[in-house]
Amino acid sequence: MSAILPPAERLWWKHPLDRVEGTWIAIAFVWCMIMFFMMIYWHMYGKQNLSTETYKTTSEQFAAKAQAVVDKYTVRVETDFQTPVVAPPPGSDVYMIARLWNFWPILELQQGQTYRLHLTSMDYNHGFSLQPANINIQVVPGYEHVVTVTPNQSGTYSVVCNEFCGIGHHTMVGRIYVKAEAGNVQ
Amino acid sequence: MSNNTTYRTCPRSGLQFESQAEKLVIANAVAGVIFLLIGGILAIGIVLTRWPSVHWLEAATFYQVLTAHGLDMLVYWIIFFEIAVLYFCSSTLLRCRIATPKVAWLAFALMVIGSVMNNYAVYDGASSVMMTSYVPMMAAPSFYLGLILFAVGALIACFVFFGTLVVAKREKTYQGSVPLVTFGAITAAIIAVFTIASGAIILIPTWMQSMGWVEHVDPLIYRVIWWAFGHSSQQINVAAHISIWYLVAAVVFGAKPMSERVSRGAFLLYIVFLQLASAHHILSDPGMSVEWKVLNTSYFMYFAVLASMIHGLTIPGAMEVAQRAKGYNKGLFEWLRKAPWGNPSFSGVFISIIGFGFLGGISGVMMGTEQLNMIIHNTIYVPGHFHATVVIGTTLSFMALTYFLIPVLFKREIINPTLAKWQPYLFGLSMYFFCLVMMGAGTLGVSRRHWDMAFSGAALAYEWPGAAYLMMGLVGIAGIAAIAGGAIFIYLTVGSLLWGKRVAQTRISSEPTPIPVGAPSAAAQSYGSLGFAAPGTFVLAMIFLAAFVLYYFINWKYLSTLWGLS
Ligand code: HEM
Ligand SMILES: [Cu+2]
Ligand SMILES: [Cu+2]
Repeated sequence: MSAILPPAERLWWKHPLDRVEGTWIAIAFVWCMIMFFMMIYWHMYGKQNLSTETYKTTSEQFAAKAQAVVDKYTVRVETDFQTPVVAPPPGSDVYMIARLWNFWPILELQQGQTYRLHLTSMDYNHGFSLQPANINIQVVPGYEHVVTVTPNQSGTYSVVCNEFCGIGHHTMVGRIYVKAEAGNVQ
Repeated sequence: MSNNTTYRTCPRSGLQFESQAEKLVIANAVAGVIFLLIGGILAIGIVLTRWPSVHWLEAATFYQVLTAHGLDMLVYWIIFFEIAVLYFCSSTLLRCRIATPKVAWLAFALMVIGSVMNNYAVYDGASSVMMTSYVPMMAAPSFYLGLILFAVGALIACFVFFGTLVVAKREKTYQGSVPLVTFGAITAAIIAVFTIASGAIILIPTWMQSMGWVEHVDPLIYRVIWWAFGHSSQQINVAAHISIWYLVAAVVFGAKPMSERVSRGAFLLYIVFLQLASAHHILSDPGMSVEWKVLNTSYFMYFAVLASMIHGLTIPGAMEVAQRAKGYNKGLFEWLRKAPWGNPSFSGVFISIIGFGFLGGISGVMMGTEQLNMIIHNTIYVPGHFHATVVIGTTLSFMALTYFLIPVLFKREIINPTLAKWQPYLFGLSMYFFCLVMMGAGTLGVSRRHWDMAFSGAALAYEWPGAAYLMMGLVGIAGIAAIAGGAIFIYLTVGSLLWGKRVAQTRISSEPTPIPVGAPSAAAQSYGSLGFAAPGTFVLAMIFLAAFVLYYFINWKYLSTLWGLS
């Protein structure tokens, strides 16, 4: 029962390895290195890398910038709350506010185009969970996170809040429309 | 030297218990089991609410119950039991008295007061903030104060453990190096000190904010430091339950480690490469640089994962070697077929090893990969993963150890051995299924900590696919089966303590009997660097590797179909 007794050999560290162990350690080590380099490889060649561009912000600052874009590019309003649907030009900065308990405004993007999406929270932590694509990003108050997105399919996407944010958490759902590229209707 | 204390030698196992240490182990283990019971009752509310067609509790109650479930299970059940394991691995395995028993009782008292205070704050209603209590959401001051008191108690208990190691060394109750299992416990305790310090650094200012003494705790810094506590404490659990795997292998099979050097080296890797494991939880957050994420999530290039993969081989390997020495040599797997599957200590540990590796380990590494994290962050995949690590891995191992301890430590026979024989299968296998379907639902995007997947009352509802509803229904069914398995465990332990037949005791003495010095056994030297002592285990390991590689790359494939992000 030597795992619960002191090792019988005083110089246990000189005890030779069994080949099963040695081989497995070598294989496992190589696999761990492959996994490590996979992350770096994806930064060089992969198309899905979460941006780390972040600025400190306050709710007033962020709300003002978001409001300016909404005023400029609103194309219609939807829902009982008159939520603006904002269709900014490709390549531009778009803003989405997370707050108790909605995502504001609704966005309308174009397939295959790239946008700089600014995210922050006005109050608690929230979760930006884009469905059904299933992309999940933490939204932290006080930090403006700029994520560059390129929608690759058209359709209606929902943004579900998936960080617990109080009693109305389950009602916190936003929306992003993606319009098909001209000549590529899906 | 050994003043006013006695030493009891268990007739069945030969283990020697000092009377103060024995009482402390019992007190901490019992406190743990009480919290397991409370957490288990709360789990009924959670699963019956997340089962879409049942949807039992109100939203406010659900979040309250979920907060308490997380705390009672992950913090109180596990840490109380771990303190019992630390005392056992020092005083009992080294056959010495426990250092400063009065201080150890003080630690216990602080832990009890803290855990009760924190629980009370949650049931009182104003602290449904989840166990992570992310600021700026605020709980009642007693919520944080309870946690802090508990942590201080646990820290003191770790120092009593270190003190006991010193006592054993000084009073020469053993010779040479400490046993491997004690070495594992030392690893756990060292990590615990680091962990609890991180907890204090972040919870004390948060408590002060709740008192109105501090203006603002930064939400992102909170997440980084809280997880240095939250994740590193999982590393304590891993070190503790792996020690128990070695212990059970030794007790059931008389297995010796294949090589002390490899097993101890792997424990050391946990300490050296622990680093900021908290990074796992901030991968989809703003603010941290890519380099920081990549280096820290991989626990510095995955050396801690390597350590777990090593233990995953060496423990079944040690069992195989021991079984083959007994003559179960036919083919690759006779040693496994002829294992004592009816002994709940063995079956519990074996189900734990396989589930921890295949379900918890593979999913954990996948979700801990910087880019892949985005496809599961905050989905119910995450609880799917950690119920595989912390329930199948840690909890089930603790249960397996308890079956061994009932006659040895509590001096009682198990009341219903047939039920005990089946309990690990019911609990473990229903948990396997529970974790799998949670991960399935999470892969489809279903959120964790979410009261209503139908989004009732939302202005812009989202319709989950039917498969997601199906998975969540299966989560409900599997969860109830697992809870039944947990209830049987509670019945068996409490029942045995109350009504079990007493195990006759013989030897009690006022002096410790030191561990006899063992002669290097012949067997220990026969498998040198040329052997291939555990071929069956090696095949199992290759199956594991194949599953790992396949699943890992499937997820990269899935990631590559998503929106472009840069
Ligand atoms: C016995 C059967 C158990 C069942 C059926 C069960 C069920 C669940 C479910 C369904 C959730 C996720 C709820 C959600 O996110 O919406 C959950 C969360 C959790 N469970 Fe369990 N659980 C069990 C045992 C345990 C044990 C033994 C532990 C720890 C050792 C544990 C630790 C946790 C933790 C830490 C959370 C996360 C709480 C949070 O998100 O803040 N559970 N449990
Ligand atoms: Cu929210
Ligand atoms: Cu929310």
